[in-house]
Amino acid sequence: MKRRVLVAFVLTLALAFVFLLAGAMLDLGPTTIDLRAPVAAHLAQSGVTHPVTAVLLNYRGYDTLLEIAVLLVALLALLAVVGDAPVPPSRAAHPVLQTLARLATPLMIVVAVYLLWAGAFRPGGAFQAGAVLAAAAVLLHLVGLQPGWSRPRLGLRIGLAAGFVLFLAVATGLLTQGSLLQYPPAAAGVLILLIESGLTVSLALILASLFLFLSREEGA
Amino acid sequence: MTLAFDLLLALSLLWTAWRTLATPRLDRALVLFIVFGLLMSLAWARLAAPDIGLAEAAIGAGLTGALLLDAYGVLRRRVRP
Repeated sequence: MKRRVLVAFVLTLALAFVFLLAGAMLDLGPTTIDLRAPVAAHLAQSGVTHPVTAVLLNYRGYDTLLEIAVLLVALLALLAVVGDAPVPPSRAAHPVLQTLARLATPLMIVVAVYLLWAGAFRPGGAFQAGAVLAAAAVLLHLVGLQPGWSRPRLGLRIGLAAGFVLFLAVATGLLTQGSLLQYPPAAAGVLILLIESGLTVSLALILASLFLFLSREEGA
Repeated sequence: MTLAFDLLLALSLLWTAWRTLATPRLDRALVLFIVFGLLMSLAWARLAAPDIGLAEAAIGAGLTGALLLDAYGVLRRRVRP
């Protein structure tokens, strides 16, 4: 009996809290800073026509630079923890699954390239394209066509770091413009496409590495 | 019509979220989590944010789901060798 009263009491408190939070959320006034107008006003100089890509790669390119650095550091930490255990031979999945994966992979590569290209003028961009590429690698691994990775060799290391290095090189080269990552409007489109291509490759490799380095069986 | 769809979407989001947390079986929870991610990307698309919807579908539902399922496979092999 006492327990039931206690439960009812806690439930009442929780419900009251929920209603209080909902009320507070509905009470929120309009945001004091409205950035939509400035974003739209400077879209013509940003080199792309999609506002999200303009914010991510041009106005706030600094954030994206740090994002890829964070992902790279996360992967380095993972590599340091995992060490170099031997990779077990991957088990082949059912032939139907393998055929499906073989058919899906080229399509996924095409979709990734399209997403990268489309990022300039419609939803898409490097992160989505990289994730699709990484998903293709994971798919191939799951059906046994792509063995797990044991140790990054030189090519993979270069690929993992390329996006960040390219981004950093562009940022360094543009330092003379006055502020960090301030593209000259005439070259902005090309520079953004260059950076996004590098980001796509590196992101795909980093995301796939997170999966392929971890997916070894312990004690197998 | 769209209001009905949105309401249905919101309800199924809450329902899958609750089932993901409450279901006793781990494999079912993982599949429900992937379903939740896919519904979430639909919700982002309905909120006129297709960029986030794409990222959610690719990273949230796809890669995270695959990672979780892989971890589940390793766990199961370790429990029942």
